[in-house]
Amino acid sequence: MAEREQWGSRVGFIFAAVGSAIGLGNIWRFPYMAYENGGGAFLVPYIFAMLTAGIPFMVLEFGLGHRFRGSAPKVFASIDRRWEWVGWFQVLVAAVISVYYVAVIGWTISYTGFAFSQAWGSDPKGFFYGEFLGLTSGPLELGGLRPTIFAAVALAWGITWLACMTGVRKGIERAGKILMPVLFLMVLVLTVRVLSLDGAADGVNWLFKPDFSRLMDYKVWVAAYGQIFFSLSVGFSIMLAYSSYLPAKSDITNNAFMTVFINCGFSMMAGVMIFSVLGYMAAQQGVLVKDVVSGGVGLAFITIPMAINLMPMPVFFGTLFFLSLTMAGVSSHISIVEACIAAFMDKFGWSRSKTTNTLCLVGFAVSLVFCLGGGLYILDIVDHFVNNFGILGGALLEIFFISWLCRLDVVRQHVNRISDFAVGQWWDFSLRFLTVGMLGVLLISNFYGDIAANYSGYDLGPLLCYGWAVVLSCLVLSFVLRGRNGRAGFVMNNDNSIRR
Amino acid sequence: MTTEAIIMMIIGIGITWGGAALCLLKALKR
Repeated sequence: MAEREQWGSRVGFIFAAVGSAIGLGNIWRFPYMAYENGGGAFLVPYIFAMLTAGIPFMVLEFGLGHRFRGSAPKVFASIDRRWEWVGWFQVLVAAVISVYYVAVIGWTISYTGFAFSQAWGSDPKGFFYGEFLGLTSGPLELGGLRPTIFAAVALAWGITWLACMTGVRKGIERAGKILMPVLFLMVLVLTVRVLSLDGAADGVNWLFKPDFSRLMDYKVWVAAYGQIFFSLSVGFSIMLAYSSYLPAKSDITNNAFMTVFINCGFSMMAGVMIFSVLGYMAAQQGVLVKDVVSGGVGLAFITIPMAINLMPMPVFFGTLFFLSLTMAGVSSHISIVEACIAAFMDKFGWSRSKTTNTLCLVGFAVSLVFCLGGGLYILDIVDHFVNNFGILGGALLEIFFISWLCRLDVVRQHVNRISDFAVGQWWDFSLRFLTVGMLGVLLISNFYGDIAANYSGYDLGPLLCYGWAVVLSCLVLSFVLRGRNGRAGFVMNNDNSIRR
Repeated sequence: MTTEAIIMMIIGIGITWGGAALCLLKALKR
């Protein structure tokens, strides 16, 4: 059996892990979440969540991947064969994310090109929904294929295919070493540039002005934990796969702390950049910042283009901004696809080229759904259900299994034995109680919310078809894949110490 | 910007990037 691939250097692993964690959400979700949940006061629960859930979860995933030298299904099967399905559930959730996330990367690639001429003109909203997306009247009207989006999605899949095909060291590590420094430099340049614009300080003030009364609202704490879970790429098989490529002698705790700190620090930087732009835009239009604030797709493809129209040197800001989004997205997409590739290679013993070709081809074919006129609706529904039930459910199952049904102290001892500094019993407590508790609250409140009212006002049919059915399909398929015979050596039978 | 906004910004950026810098220093000393 061929030896498992390894990272070429510690820096390469950190860049790859940070590249996975930093994605579009750091740029377009964090600033809006902070603003909506108490501004500067949001940093209190956010940093608390980072220390009590983000870092412990990252240490756990790095430790498990390193100890069992495998992707999510292999890790779970090695601990207890009956729980292998949880690993597959996480992998399938990652697979679903990979097919729609790439569509958004396709949009950012297209907009990088549009930024040269501000192709969106004086009506960015009309351009985005009309000329660009060709949005249909509803999610059941699929519409035709959008050639521009199709070409950009093909390019994005091509980049991911190339990185994964050439392997961990020559492909993924090299991509991280190029993408991450360039991304940081671009966002730094953009931030410094926009901070000098009129009204920028006022915008940043809106982001950081604390409203401490909001700290009494439990929803603010739930939002902070949610932001940490979603932004760190934990709980859906990626970090398990990445850490399985670490050499035997690796500093697990320091690597985990560094990855989380850099990810959250990048979010802060992106927040300063976004709110500087919003402050400038508000000043130019003579309105308050709260009148121009938005998040997600609306922020990136409507509000920012509106701001670009008002800026000096619009080509400079526009191309750099959308290129940053593209790079953040591509580095995350590579990690999502690699998590799936590693799982199939581990279980079935397929070669890297066969697995990469198969998964990328199937993934690209499915992605075409999101290149249709109705693609945005489907993406919105799938994203909502996969995030709120797929990622959170998979993460909760993992943490519950490891911290309540297995010996967490054995994982801690393994991590401490090879790391520069040790984690204490606070780590066990955070995972067993705080992380499990907050994930449970998030999952239950999301479930209640979706039962009480149709998400975003959609009809029940599309929600059942694109939302619940997708999540349930992942669940059923995870048991099917668990039932298939794996190659010899898939399960590590010589390590039972972690079981209770 | 108000003083309290500046303090919160420094706390947020300080803890995250400061933490990353400390980890980096520790890794370099290894």
